[in-house]
Amino acid sequence: MLNNFCFWFAALVALGASVLAVSRRNAVHGLLWLVLSLLAVAVLFFMLGAPFAAALEVIVYAGAIMVLFLFAVMMLHLGPAAQRQEAQWLAPGVWIAPGLLALGLAADLIAIARLAGDAPAGAGIIPPEAVGAALFGPYVIGVELASVLLLAGVVAAYHLGQRRDRSLGEGAGSG
Amino acid sequence: MPELLWLIPGLPMTGFALLALWGSRLPRVAVSLVGVGSVALSAALSVAVAVSFLASPPADHAYSLTLWQWLGIGGLQADIAFRVDPLALLMMLVITIVGALIHLYSTEYMARDEDYSRFFAYMNLFVGAMLTLVMADNLLLLYLGWEGVGLCSYLLIGFWYRDPANGKAAMKAFIVTRVGDAALAVGLFVLYTQLGTLNLEELAARAPAAWPVGSALAVLTAALLLGGAVGKSAQLPLQTWLPDAMAGPTPVSALIHAATMVTAGVYLIARTHAIFALAPTVLLVVAVVGVVTLFLAAVSALAQWDLKRVLAYSTISQIGYMFLALGVGAWSAAMFHFMTHAFFKALLFLAAGAIIMAMHEDHSIFRMGGLRHRMPLVFWTFLAGACSLSALPLVTAGFYSKDEILAAVWAADGGQWLWVMGLVGAFLTAVYSFRVVYLVFFGEAQKEPAHQPGWRMAVPLAVLAVLALVGGALNLPRSLGNLLLLDHFLEPVFAGLAQHRELTVAQEIHLQLIADVAALGGILVAWLLYRRYRADLAAVADLAVVRNLRTYWLNGWGFDWLYDRLVVRPYESLARLNRADAVDYLVHALARFVAETHRILSRTQTGEVRWYVAVLTCGVVILVAIMVLR
Amino acid sequence: MASFPFSHGMVLAAALFAIGLAGVMARRNLIFVLMSIEIMLNAAGLAFIVAASRWQQPDGQVMFLFILAVAAAEVAVGLALALRIYQSLRTLDLDAINTMRG
Repeated sequence: MLNNFCFWFAALVALGASVLAVSRRNAVHGLLWLVLSLLAVAVLFFMLGAPFAAALEVIVYAGAIMVLFLFAVMMLHLGPAAQRQEAQWLAPGVWIAPGLLALGLAADLIAIARLAGDAPAGAGIIPPEAVGAALFGPYVIGVELASVLLLAGVVAAYHLGQRRDRSLGEGAGSG
Repeated sequence: MPELLWLIPGLPMTGFALLALWGSRLPRVAVSLVGVGSVALSAALSVAVAVSFLASPPADHAYSLTLWQWLGIGGLQADIAFRVDPLALLMMLVITIVGALIHLYSTEYMARDEDYSRFFAYMNLFVGAMLTLVMADNLLLLYLGWEGVGLCSYLLIGFWYRDPANGKAAMKAFIVTRVGDAALAVGLFVLYTQLGTLNLEELAARAPAAWPVGSALAVLTAALLLGGAVGKSAQLPLQTWLPDAMAGPTPVSALIHAATMVTAGVYLIARTHAIFALAPTVLLVVAVVGVVTLFLAAVSALAQWDLKRVLAYSTISQIGYMFLALGVGAWSAAMFHFMTHAFFKALLFLAAGAIIMAMHEDHSIFRMGGLRHRMPLVFWTFLAGACSLSALPLVTAGFYSKDEILAAVWAADGGQWLWVMGLVGAFLTAVYSFRVVYLVFFGEAQKEPAHQPGWRMAVPLAVLAVLALVGGALNLPRSLGNLLLLDHFLEPVFAGLAQHRELTVAQEIHLQLIADVAALGGILVAWLLYRRYRADLAAVADLAVVRNLRTYWLNGWGFDWLYDRLVVRPYESLARLNRADAVDYLVHALARFVAETHRILSRTQTGEVRWYVAVLTCGVVILVAIMVLR
Repeated sequence: MASFPFSHGMVLAAALFAIGLAGVMARRNLIFVLMSIEIMLNAAGLAFIVAASRWQQPDGQVMFLFILAVAAAEVAVGLALALRIYQSLRTLDLDAINTMRG
């Protein structure tokens, strides 16, 4: 009973926080709701016997990545003017078409999920040792590829983040 | 001996390769040595093969040599393989010996031509292809040689390509013979699909077993093969290309368009006689085609003013005799006439070449004249050739071969009418031959000859003159010695066929006498018309009706005009109508459709990421829904 | 430890994914679009974890780690791009950034 309550609670928090995260006008508010959503999902991970994934979710997602977002928001000066702009963009009618499409996709996916049957999930813990052994056993190529991908991301972020006056649109000026 | 057979076509082919690759860098002496030497060696080899063949005839009367497998696709197998039976051997001997003489002659005739090595390269290629044609043991290889000689004919007619007229003549020859070649190709397809082989021996064995005499397939196949033969041998209705083919150098006319290639059709029919024997209707057509052609061409030859065109029409006419012989089943008589014709017609062309060279490339017989004393060697050799062509009794080769044909025609069922036509043709032959002799060698001299033949031209002329006179000794009729060497030699090839009925000796003598009268009468008429009363008849020649008739015959009975109206002009107007090509229109429509669709689709490329995502989602939703609902 | 039907976990993942997708389609601000993409990636990770738990195999968690790596790289590059775009065009409006129009 308690278990079920935990699941429903975390799930509702995750859904509600996600909805709020994508619909706020203020970017910082949206980010905070997103962090809440991620934390709720981390709780679910923990309940599903994946403590390692739950820890990474908190540290990397809710921690590192969200901080990165926060820095970006700060650097972009998304102040009151931006919020007025958002209010103009986010007229209620804007949500109709995306909402319908998303609902359609959700209906599709849920129909597939229903096919999976009611086998229980979260029966036991999968310890981090098992994950580590799998990572550096059969998935070692994937790990290497992920490291290359991250390196590429670092290089690209560094390159793009360099301060230059050359503009994308006009192509004028020089570094 | 059989293991050396490949050298016979191989040597000229090698000569071609050498000359084609390095010819332009070799000195002329080397070019001559390669060009003439390869063919001469191949002639020597042919003679050696013939000697060994006669000394110890091989089993089943043929040498065979398989070099390698050429094609093997499913059931279709064709080898590069030679089979030399008496028929092929006869062809090989004529091709290589006459070919070698003409090559020797060419070294002088073409001496001042800037494309000397190209000429000999083509000539060697021709000899190689022609030998492949006659030595082939299957029809596919024969077809390769067949197309090879067609190619060489095209290349050599258009040898002096700087004059567009020569190029046009070459194309005409190529396209007109192509009509026949297409028929031949279809004939091969029919043979293969029906009998499952293209090997000549197997065909000869299977055809009679599969097809009853006169069955539709046999008639169809024989007719298709005849189509190929008619095209290559310039017989009615595809004869129009040969007179124009005289645009090539004279040795080419001698070798290709008189002695060898144009007789390939005769060879083809003789080679596939087993199939023709199953189609008596087609054989009758062969005879009729031959006799009509020989008559029409002989009349046309009378009206020509161009020395080489006279000889060209004469060639068409003489091949008509060969077809006539084939049509009545006188196979060996046809081959006999092929041989003697190769001798005397090559001789006539070579002599004509010497005259034309002396006359600064002027072909008109009316501007020659009185050359008897100025070019005695040419006169005597040309006279020998003309006598042989006119079948002057007893002393010429042409007499014996033509006589054998006429006798066989008379003996055939219902052959009397054909015989009468053949006799008229013989008469006309004598008239036009001696018309040329009188106009060119007698009468007033109009020009001084600029060039007297040197030894390289004189030797071939002399040798061919001797052959043209004594070549008939190979086959003396029963009335005159009964020495049928050639008939016996060729017997194994044509064994088992219904031979023409034998005539009594008395009948033979009667027929010969009538033919003699025709030939001598023709010479007499020529003398009367073109020598004795030439001046008096000028008024007659000027009459409008005579002039019109002469123009009509000069143009070869208007066949060119007819084909121009029937085929060329409709085709051209069709092409004009279709200038905005219907097929192009389709293609352009497709292009326009693509461009239009592109224009519409490019509207969807708004550059707006959200639009892309929405479209993508639509696709995913629909696809997943299909997956789920299925 | 909790135990609930496998399909519930998958339905939740699907719902989160749909919410993220709706955000991507509806928002015009690049930062919010990136945040919505984070939600979608996270939903995919959740599906993998649920599957790992259902079959008691570590492979699902390994996949989650890979998704994490992809998300990190994507955010780094995406935010850097957002900064560059803002510097150049003085806007984060996705509809205004349509220079790749066909």
